[in-house]
Amino acid sequence: MTPALETIGLTRAFGAVTVADGIDFRLAPGARHALIGPNGAGKTSFVNLVTGALAPSAGRVLLDGADVTRLAPAARARRGIVRSFQITSLFRNLTVLENVTLAVTERHGAGGGMIRPAGKRRALIEEAWAGLEQLGLADEAARPVRTLAYGRQRLVELAVALALRPRVLLLDEPAAGVPAEEAGRIVAAVEGLPAELAVLIIEHDLELVFRLARRITVLVAGRVLMEGSPAEVAEDPRVREVYLGGRRA
Amino acid sequence: MIAADPVAALAARHRWRWPEALPWLAAVAAFFLFPGYLALGAQILASILYGLSIDLVLGYGGIVTLGQAAFFGTGAYTAGLLAAHGMGAPEPGLIAAGLAAAALGALSGLAVLRLSGLAQLMATLMVAAMLQSAADKASAITGGADGLQNMAVGKVLGLFAFGLYGRTAYLYALAVLFLCFLGMRALVHSPFGRSLVGMRENAARMTALGAPVFARRLIAYTIAAGMAGISGALYAQSTGFVAPDSLGFDRSGNILVMLLLGGIGRLYGAFIGVPLFMVAQDRLSDLDPAYWYFWIGLGLVLMVRFARGGILGLAARIRRE
Repeated sequence: MTPALETIGLTRAFGAVTVADGIDFRLAPGARHALIGPNGAGKTSFVNLVTGALAPSAGRVLLDGADVTRLAPAARARRGIVRSFQITSLFRNLTVLENVTLAVTERHGAGGGMIRPAGKRRALIEEAWAGLEQLGLADEAARPVRTLAYGRQRLVELAVALALRPRVLLLDEPAAGVPAEEAGRIVAAVEGLPAELAVLIIEHDLELVFRLARRITVLVAGRVLMEGSPAEVAEDPRVREVYLGGRRA
Repeated sequence: MIAADPVAALAARHRWRWPEALPWLAAVAAFFLFPGYLALGAQILASILYGLSIDLVLGYGGIVTLGQAAFFGTGAYTAGLLAAHGMGAPEPGLIAAGLAAAALGALSGLAVLRLSGLAQLMATLMVAAMLQSAADKASAITGGADGLQNMAVGKVLGLFAFGLYGRTAYLYALAVLFLCFLGMRALVHSPFGRSLVGMRENAARMTALGAPVFARRLIAYTIAAGMAGISGALYAQSTGFVAPDSLGFDRSGNILVMLLLGGIGRLYGAFIGVPLFMVAQDRLSDLDPAYWYFWIGLGLVLMVRFARGGILGLAARIRRE
């Protein structure tokens, strides 16, 4: 089966620092896959390479078997490579509903329309509303995002990403900085994602990873250390060393 | 009921509300109430259009500019040169001015919009400064520092001559402003306009949504340049004169002050800030010819301290409380 997302020899160096070193990676359709690794392992750089925010020094990115390495970030987003941000990145002064409506509008390719009022495209607003209801955000729809608690903002972040109907969804630390009681809602939302959607979760909270992922790739210093099922990863001595052995001399 | 339903509220945002009739009623009333000030009134109306162009670029587009006069002056010189060379019909002159300024906007936007922050600010400043020097030096064409003389502006619609009292100029400017405003209002309420706001708030996020950020900003910059050009042409045609200061820094800076005074990114800020500033300028420079700008400055300091969103922002805050 063609992977939903594949990288071949993906490499990127900043001077002497190599943040991605020949990464071969495959994300199966419908996958619940986690990318883990210690701080500075290159997880976020990998996301940036996949979305196009960062250009690779070498290697390729394939979406459903088609090479997208040369496409700009916006074009990749339109093809279905969608990310959420580690640090919440929303339109803070706009309402929750408007945040999601902007996303829905772009997905329908209607964001460049200059004549007809946005309000007359009611179907787009309704679609955004449905997305909010799904994540339990309807009560906050009319509030500016900046007035929401951080955990709720993380959910809006997810709603915006889902509004793009992704093929491949990259969740960069979806529950980072969220208090434990609210993190549960985010986990539940991720668990409730459509089964056919390929999801890659970038996390270093291992508890969350073992709950959500059925497959795990471990990244260390820009290289793939290993890939396997959660059980295999948990038992691998090298992973234990990286995570539990602390800093190596 | 509407407030309770966020979907309906968002879907109704583009509808006209009654206070939106006020500026136009005031403009018509002023025509009858102040017959002695119509020349000033025409300049105020033209400046409101110029303010709208800034609101589109900066207020909605989030593009910082200190060089909008480049487009204002290009429009003024285009209309002026046409009138000085026997093509004085005002309407074609206005359209030519808008197109010339828009073309310059598209061209300079290709460079300016690749920058951001302070670098972008300096680039906009430079474009205007270069044009001003050019207008100064090319005295064979522009009349240099003395300005463009011998403009012969024709009659509006072939019927109404620009007279001494500015009646024609006032109504002509009002009609042009109204038409341009209708376009601008439709634009900011369109999906394009909403996406501009999205880019102002968070451009990286709009890119991640799949929006072509650079292209849309370039379009907005071009349209705003065209509006500024039309405004400059209105000035030139109603005063019968163009000088290099139409491309100058004051022309770029003062309009920002006026817009900040009224409220930026709110569509109606120019309708409040521009008349207030220009009437105050007119009155204060009579009362206190040497230090009138001090009073404007003091007003601004108070504004920034106590009413960040300008007068409209203040009004919105009072209404909420």
